[in-house]
Amino acid sequence: MDQKRKIRVLVAKPGLDGHDRGARIIARTYRDAGFEVVYSGLHQTPEEVVQAAIQEDVDMIGLSSLAGAHMYLFPRVVELLKEKGANDIVVCGGGIFPEEDIPKLKKAGIKEIFTPGTPLPEVVKWVEENVKPRG
Amino acid sequence: MGIAEKVISGDIRAVARLIRDIDDKIPEAREVLKDLYPSTGRAYVVGITGAPGVGKSTLVDQMVTHLRKAGKTVGVLAVDPTSPFSGGAILGDRVRMQRHSMDEGVFIRSMATRGYFGGLTQSTRSAIDVLDAMGKNYIIVETVGVGQDEIDIVQSAHTTIIVLIPGMGDDVQALKAGILEVGDIFVINKADREGAERTVNDIRLMIEMDEKRYKDGWKPPILTTQAVFDKGIKEMLDEIEKHRAFVTSCPERQSMLKYEKVRNDLSEMIKDKVVHEVLDDIVHSGEFEEALQLIMKREIDPYTACDNIVLKRLKSDNK
Repeated sequence: MDQKRKIRVLVAKPGLDGHDRGARIIARTYRDAGFEVVYSGLHQTPEEVVQAAIQEDVDMIGLSSLAGAHMYLFPRVVELLKEKGANDIVVCGGGIFPEEDIPKLKKAGIKEIFTPGTPLPEVVKWVEENVKPRG
Repeated sequence: MGIAEKVISGDIRAVARLIRDIDDKIPEAREVLKDLYPSTGRAYVVGITGAPGVGKSTLVDQMVTHLRKAGKTVGVLAVDPTSPFSGGAILGDRVRMQRHSMDEGVFIRSMATRGYFGGLTQSTRSAIDVLDAMGKNYIIVETVGVGQDEIDIVQSAHTTIIVLIPGMGDDVQALKAGILEVGDIFVINKADREGAERTVNDIRLMIEMDEKRYKDGWKPPILTTQAVFDKGIKEMLDEIEKHRAFVTSCPERQSMLKYEKVRNDLSEMIKDKVVHEVLDDIVHSGEFEEALQLIMKREIDPYTACDNIVLKRLKSDNK
C-alpha cells in the first residue's frame, strides 16, 4: 500500500555565501509538502553537491545563491551531473540574480529559477509538476 | 551487468538507487537483496545512539576521519525522523560529515524513519547489507534519538555506542531500562561542560549495579569526548577494537550473537512482510474500511475484528 515513491530533494548552498535562511525555509517548506529533504549545509563545492546528490539518490537539487557566483556554480553542477551520467536529476535555483542572467542559466540546464517574493506554495507546485520520482 | 554485480563492484549510483528502492518498497529490490546476501557478513557494524543534540553526527564524522587514516573504507547510514504530519523529512546529518563527500572510500546515506509499520528497521537493516556487499570495512549506523525502535536497530550492530552529555541526570535514569542493556561503550560527549564527572559517575554506578551483565566478561567502558575538537575519538576507536576482539575471541560467544542477530532479522522480516501483505490485501478488498466502520458504530470490538481478519487469512493460506 505504500509503494508510492517519495520525492527526495537535496537543498545545497554552493560557494562561499553564508546566508542560509532562504535555503532553510525552502527545506522546511519541502518537508511540509511531504518530500524527503537532504540538507547538506553551507560552503559546498559543485563537486560535493553532485556527489551528495548521487549518494542520496535525489530527484532534484535545489541550489541557493545570494552572493553572485551563480553563473559559475549552477552550470558547473549541471555539467558534473552530465559527466557522472546523472543528468536525470533536475536542478533548480533560488536566490538573487540579475534579470539578464536568468535566461542564460536556463540555457545552461537549470530548469527553473526562483527569485525573492515567490510564494512558497508556487515553489512546491512547481516541484510536484516538474519532478517525477524515479520510476 | 546486473544490479547485484554492480553493487558488489562498488558502483555508487547502483548502491544509491538500490537503497532508494528498498526504502520505497519496490518488489525488485528484494530480489537483488537475495542475490547480495552471499556477499554480506564481512563488514563491522557500529551503532551510535543517543538523544537528539548529543553530537552523534559530529562523533561519526570524526570516526570516519580516523578510520580513513587507518586505511579502512566506511559506510554511514544516518537516520532522521519523518514528520508524522506531512510524511516529509529534513535529513540534516550530512551537514556534519560533508568533508568526506569527495572521498571515494566513504559512502554516506541519509534515511528517514518513514514512521509506519516498523519500516525503518527493515530498510535500515537491508541498507546495512547493501553497504556490506559493496565492500565497506566499517558501517556506522547513526540512529534518531533514543527509544524502543532505535534499540531494535542497534541489534544489528556488532558494537553499540550510547552517547550522552553532561547534565542529563534524570533523563539517564529514565533511559536506563532499555539503553543500559544494549550499550557496549558509553560516551559522554561535550565533556568540557559542567557536570561531566557526575554523569560519568552516574553511569558507572548504574553499570556497577547491573552485575549480571559482566558475567560474560565485557564491562562497558565509559569515555569522555569532545567531538568538535577531536578529543577522545582515538580512545573511542580503541575501545571499539577491544570490543571487537572480545566478541571475536570466543567462537561460542560469536556464534550466539550471530544466532541472536539472525533470529531478530528473520522475525522482523516476517512481521514486516505479513503486516504488509495482510494490510495491502484488506485495504484493497475494502475489508479494512468495513471493519473500521463497524468499530466506529461500536457494532464490533477491535479485538474480534482483528481476530476475524487474521484468522481468515491464515486459514486461506493453509489450503
